[in-house]
Amino acid sequence: MNAKGPSDKLIRGLTGDWEVVIGMEVHAQVASNAKLFSGASTEFGAAPNSHVSLVDAAMPGMLPVINEECVRQAIRTGLGLKAQINLRSVFDRKNYFYPDLPQGYQISQYKAPVVGEGEVVVDLDGGGSVTIGIERLHLEQDAGKSLHDRHPTMSYVDLNRSGVALMEIVSKPDLRSAEEAKAFITKLRSILRYLGTCDGDMEKGSLRADVNVSVRKPGEPLGTRCEIKNVNSIRFIGAAIEHEARRQIEIIEDGGIIEQETRLFDPGRGETRPMRSKEEAHDYRYFPDPDLLPLEFDQAYVDALAAHLPELPDARKARFVGGFGLSAYDAGVLVAERETADYFEAVAKGRDAKAAANWVINELFGRLNKEAKDIKASPVTAQQLGGLLDLIADGTISGKIAKDLFEILWTEGGDPRAIVTARGMAQVTDLGAIEKLVDEIAAQNPDKVAQARTNPKAIGWFVGQIMKSSGGKASPQAVNDILKSKLGL
Amino acid sequence: MSVDAVTVRRIAHLARIAVAEDEIDHLQGELNAMLAFVAQLEEVNVAGVEPMTSVTPMAMKKRHDVVTAGGIADDIVRNAPATDDHFFLVPKVVE
Repeated sequence: MNAKGPSDKLIRGLTGDWEVVIGMEVHAQVASNAKLFSGASTEFGAAPNSHVSLVDAAMPGMLPVINEECVRQAIRTGLGLKAQINLRSVFDRKNYFYPDLPQGYQISQYKAPVVGEGEVVVDLDGGGSVTIGIERLHLEQDAGKSLHDRHPTMSYVDLNRSGVALMEIVSKPDLRSAEEAKAFITKLRSILRYLGTCDGDMEKGSLRADVNVSVRKPGEPLGTRCEIKNVNSIRFIGAAIEHEARRQIEIIEDGGIIEQETRLFDPGRGETRPMRSKEEAHDYRYFPDPDLLPLEFDQAYVDALAAHLPELPDARKARFVGGFGLSAYDAGVLVAERETADYFEAVAKGRDAKAAANWVINELFGRLNKEAKDIKASPVTAQQLGGLLDLIADGTISGKIAKDLFEILWTEGGDPRAIVTARGMAQVTDLGAIEKLVDEIAAQNPDKVAQARTNPKAIGWFVGQIMKSSGGKASPQAVNDILKSKLGL
Repeated sequence: MSVDAVTVRRIAHLARIAVAEDEIDHLQGELNAMLAFVAQLEEVNVAGVEPMTSVTPMAMKKRHDVVTAGGIADDIVRNAPATDDHFFLVPKVVE
């Protein structure tokens, strides 16, 4: 078992092929200065309990007041997910007991979320795409942070994160493989980053996912699901699903049944394990928060936000394909990150877009990957790369010399045209100079001249010699033309 | 609506309130008395009536996205029974 089935989405077991059904609950930290219901800062990495107001610490008598920016960001995200925006939504209390939850409840939205059904179109690696339904998006508070490794018998609690606004984005169980799940979270992250509603930094916990996994024989009703909590990297999401699906298949094929439970993914062991025992099963006793009125706004408010939404990855990709003539693959690579697409557009502006795409994807990305650098840290700016392309386009340098120039720009920087002039890298397009070279080489090698006259392919030897003696700067086209006329070919 | 002894124990556990076995009977009676009192509301016909969220019609007050609080870690942990380096200390919650 464990081998991929014929349709590579299915997993082969001892009793036949199994289908994996996956739904995700993604927690995305809202990009805002202050918390959802208090004026404390959301900044990451502050000293313990220094970004905590009396509201966040749940001091008696403190009342929550909602941060309008968090509402705006939730609506904008909903619009980006082509989702229904609910003009009236309600905050509820989700009650549970934990040391990093000082209120004893999380303010969340249960029955009436701010955003309803939407969708995300996910492009798959092998080409093609799937549309994944979004069930809802709601606003809620984050909890504090518990550190269990600082003391043998005590846990340390820091409430800096307590009360920070989260968007919980719930997908429909439309995902059918670890690959699709990874592509979904990648696309969702890209949309959030384009919108600027979440920085998508998984290492800092700004984006984390609970993954619901069940298995069934194709065509059969849904199986019992297990929820894998708080997976914080795209790679781990894939690994957790693969492991969990196989675990469930093995249990069922051994005649067992799947118990609905919450599990944790252990990246070190590459496996999931149960998190809470059954007697601890949660009963959240949701009820409307009496401290908060319903969240209401009008359609005009939503329309104004919609009017100022940035161009999103799908639209941008379509424009790169339709307007610039790029392949769907190249366009997909370029639009995945907003910064990359911006960089490309700056290079392509007023230039040959395909050449720009080639240089950005092959030379620049290749070099960035090699040095594990982000596009924002690229030593070569879009302006410099554009200047390099201009020098190729107007025939000043050859494509080969351009790679040398790119290397100089990368390591030393500077103005491309000035470098080419200062270092004598320009192509020799001066026909007189090339003719002179041809004459010299022909005079020194009468045997090769005779050879070329009988076998025109031998002309290649002359081209090589001339390129060599010109230091690669002779225009190959000019060299060929002159050779042909001089040798009478 | 009424609660049985099992539910009383369960509610106490969810709220992390220690309730001795000989208190259950008494608490069950008290809770059921409260539920019976509130149950009178069920006699009112509320079909088609929107739940009232405020006595006067008003919109929810909102704040601007400005940092106006924080920087009082000393105050935040002042009442805690155990602290270290401005962290709250609690009995270890994982094994």
